[in-house]
Amino acid sequence: MAVTRVKPKLIGENNQYCSGCGHGILNRLVAEVLEELGRADDAILVTAVGCACMMNELWQGDNMQAAHGRAPASATAIKRLRPENIVFTYQGDGDLSSIGIAEILHATARNEKFTTIFANNGVFGMTGGQMAPTTLVGQKTTTTHFGRDPQFTGMPVKIVELLATLKPAYLARGSVDSIKNINTTKKYIRNAFEAQIDSEGFSLVEVLLPCPTNWHLTPEQALERVGSTVEAYYPLGEVVKRGE
Amino acid sequence: MSEVTVYAEKCKGCRYCAGVCNQDAISFSEKSNAAGYQFAQVDPEKCIQCGLCYTVCPDCVFEIA
Repeated sequence: MAVTRVKPKLIGENNQYCSGCGHGILNRLVAEVLEELGRADDAILVTAVGCACMMNELWQGDNMQAAHGRAPASATAIKRLRPENIVFTYQGDGDLSSIGIAEILHATARNEKFTTIFANNGVFGMTGGQMAPTTLVGQKTTTTHFGRDPQFTGMPVKIVELLATLKPAYLARGSVDSIKNINTTKKYIRNAFEAQIDSEGFSLVEVLLPCPTNWHLTPEQALERVGSTVEAYYPLGEVVKRGE
Repeated sequence: MSEVTVYAEKCKGCRYCAGVCNQDAISFSEKSNAAGYQFAQVDPEKCIQCGLCYTVCPDCVFEIA
């Protein structure tokens, strides 16, 4: 069946991501949801540091860049001062789950009424593919040459399950490895923004992305690895549903 | 009747689109675009404008309107 699909106006012409980077898909999903909700003009994006902050240059709406990991702190201030706007942070795993874990934990604990989109590709992408807290056991990176050893570095952090103990408004984990998962992830993002619009509290959607450059795979192999390996450790689904 | 437009200059040749196309309508150029990537090409005879390539493309190369 023929459909109409046109690039959202919130997304600029050229992104700076590598070939096959999942950020491009996720940026577009966020823009599509905000335009469908009719809130493209009053949404405020807060990024921090890492590949995810290249969304600032692509994004055609209001945005600011916070200090490394501190996007939830900046978003807290913006949302409290401008409760009528949609405020959301867009952060990678090297940012949110390592240097920024205190900010995200306490934003969730306070149940701040903004949304976080958490892009998880399992490495520090921008700095050259070092081990992140979310790197899988056995995964080779530039700082774990023989694969991540849990005896030495512990187990990968599951942010969604960790935050679920604090009972925020909405928590889900999606992926972009197939058309079905991309469409489901878009629904999760819509739920997260609707939770914010209804002032239910904090909402976060984690999305598993491929990083072909730092995984040293072709884009197609990287996308296949998300489905076969990454999703085995990070199960998809809604962990805290709205109204629970 | 809707048509697919391919913005070849944005394409980075990741081939996600070819992987999801059920109609086998997408091929890749022999020449490179300005950024140095072999870019996607759509065969209008085979394309049914289903939009799967748009959904999976990280770089907004496809437009169906």
